[in-house]
Amino acid sequence: MDALKNKARELLAAKTVQVVIGYGRGSGGAARAVFVREASKADTLVFDDGCRQNLAVYLMKPEVRKLGKAALVAIPSTLRAVLQLAAENQVGEHDLLALVVTPAGEVVQLATLQAIEAHVASLDPDLSTAEKEELKKYEALSLEQRRQFWQEQFSRCLKCYACRAACPLCYCSRCTVECNQPQWIPVPAHDLGNLEWNVMRAMHLAGRCVNCGDCHRACPVGIPLYLLNQKLISDVFANFNFRSGMAVKTDNAMSTFKPNDSEDFIR
Amino acid sequence: METENKLIRRDALEKLFSQWLAEGKRILAPKKCGDKIDFAPVQTLDEVSLDQVQTVQSPKTAVFPRVEELFSFKSMDGRVQIRERDNDALPETVIFGLRPCDAAAFASLAAIFTWDCPDSLFSARLGKMTIVGLACARADEYCFCTAVGGGPGATQGSDVLLTKVSGDEYLAEILTAKGRSVAQAGAGLFKAATAETKESHLAKVEPAFALDKITPALAAWFDDAAFWEEQSRRCLGCGACAYVCPTCACFDIQDEGGVSGKRLRCWDSCGFSLFTLHTSGHNPRPLQSQRWRQRLMHKFAYMPERQQVLGCVGCGRCSRACPVDMNILEHLRAIAEAKP
Repeated sequence: MDALKNKARELLAAKTVQVVIGYGRGSGGAARAVFVREASKADTLVFDDGCRQNLAVYLMKPEVRKLGKAALVAIPSTLRAVLQLAAENQVGEHDLLALVVTPAGEVVQLATLQAIEAHVASLDPDLSTAEKEELKKYEALSLEQRRQFWQEQFSRCLKCYACRAACPLCYCSRCTVECNQPQWIPVPAHDLGNLEWNVMRAMHLAGRCVNCGDCHRACPVGIPLYLLNQKLISDVFANFNFRSGMAVKTDNAMSTFKPNDSEDFIR
Repeated sequence: METENKLIRRDALEKLFSQWLAEGKRILAPKKCGDKIDFAPVQTLDEVSLDQVQTVQSPKTAVFPRVEELFSFKSMDGRVQIRERDNDALPETVIFGLRPCDAAAFASLAAIFTWDCPDSLFSARLGKMTIVGLACARADEYCFCTAVGGGPGATQGSDVLLTKVSGDEYLAEILTAKGRSVAQAGAGLFKAATAETKESHLAKVEPAFALDKITPALAAWFDDAAFWEEQSRRCLGCGACAYVCPTCACFDIQDEGGVSGKRLRCWDSCGFSLFTLHTSGHNPRPLQSQRWRQRLMHKFAYMPERQQVLGCVGCGRCSRACPVDMNILEHLRAIAEAKP
C-alpha cells in the first residue's frame, strides 16, 4: 500500500495529474471511492481485495472530469472499461493514466492507452469457472422457464437506475428511458416497464460490458443482472469471436456494419 | 389515549395472525425475498423475519406504492369520462414487525400527502392500516433514530408496539384506538402485563449528532459549492436512497394509453438529473452536488420549516443501500460541525 501512496504523492506533487481516483476507507472499514487532489492527502488511499468498484465510472462524470487529468487506481475490469470508453471515443490519452497494484503491492503505472492495451492483453478476459457453471445451469432452462425466472426477478425492480448509474459504460447524458417524444420505454416500474428497461439495459451493453459486476452489486433488491450480462458476453464471443475492452480501436460487435456481413437481413 | 400494557406469547401471536386473515385483512411483514428481507404479504408468523436490523425497502409501499393508478379515463364523442379509484375496495391491512423508526415515518409522509390538499388515496390506505411495531433489540452503525427524535423503543406512529421480553413473550403496548381494537378482538390472547419494562430489552443507540445544530448549519453551508461538491463527489446520481427511504415522497405522473387509459403515480428521486429539468431546458439544479444538497435540505430544513416535521427518521436505509457508500450520518455530522 505504501507504494501506491508514494506514487500518488509523486504524481500530485509533480502535477502530472490533478486527481488520483482510488479507494479509501468507508463505513465499517469497507473500501469506497476517494478523490485525492493534494499530495498530503495520499495517505487516505488503500488497496485490498475489497476494492471492487469499477472506478472508470467516474471518468464520465462531469463533476470529476472538471478536476483535470486523473490517475485511476485500476483493477482488471477498470482497465477494460477504459479501453472500451476509448474505443467509443469517450476518453483520450490526455484524460488519465492508470495505476495497477500488483499482488506483491508494487505499482505499475500505465501512462498511455497503448500501455493499458498491452497490460490487458496479458489478462484472461474469459468468464471464470464458477461463472461458466452458473451460466450453464441458466442455459439448461427452457425459454418458458427463463421467462418466468426473469419475470419474477424484474417484478422486484424499483427503477432506481442504480445499475445504470454504477456502470462505466452507461454514460449517455440522456438515456433512452428519459426520452419521451416518443416514449420508448414505459416510465412506471410495473411489469412491462421493468421488463423493457432491463432488457434494453442488457442489450445496450451487449458486446460492450466488461463484466465488472457493479450493476449487480449496486442493485438494492439484488436482481442477478450479471447473469444477463454474462449470457450476452458468452453469446457475443460465440457468434463474433469478440471481447469488449481489449483494444483502443475496435469495431463493436453489435453496432458495426460490414458490407460482407454473413447475414442477409442486414444488407 | 392512555397506554395499556399487556403480554402476548408467540403462539398467541400466531392465533392473532389467523384471526386477522379470517377478518379479511392483509398482513404485511418483513419476509425473506431472495437474499434480501423486505415487506411482503404473509399468512403465518413463521414466514416473518424478525431479527434483522432493518429491511432493505421501507414499509412506505403500503401507503405509497412505487406505481399506482390514480384514475382511469375514456374519451367518447369528444368528452372524457374519468373513473375514480374505489377507495373502499382497498384492503384492510395490518403491517406487522416494522421498526419504531418506520412507524414514525408515516407522520412525515402524511405531512406531505395531506399538506394543502389531502390525497384521498394515501389517506384511505393509511386509514385502513393498523401498525404493529416491533422494538429494536439490535442496531447497527447506520442507525441514528435517537438523533432525530426517535428511539429503539419509541412508540410514535405505532398502534401496538411489541418488545420481546423473553424467548417467546412480548410486551404489547396498546397505544391507540386501532391498537385497542386489536387487543379487544384478540381478547383471550393477551395477558395482563407484569412489572417487566421494555428498557432493558432495547438496543443502545447513542445520539449521533445534535439535531438543533443541523438546520442552522445547513443554511450556513447552503452557498458553499465546494463543500457540497466534496460531500457528493462519489454520488452516482441514482435513486436507490430515495426509493428505500421511508419518508421520501416525490412522485412523477405518467399517463398510459390513448383514447382510453390510466393516470399513474410513480416514485421519483431528487438524485436524478432530470428531476427538476424544466421544459425550457433550464435546470435549477444541474449539478449532482446541488441535488445532494437538496436531499438534505428537504429533510432537515424545508420539511421542519413548512410541515413542522423532520423528513428523516434515522433508519439508515439510504446509507446501507447506496452503491458507493454515501453515508448520510457521516455527512450530517460534518454539516453539524461549525462552519469555519
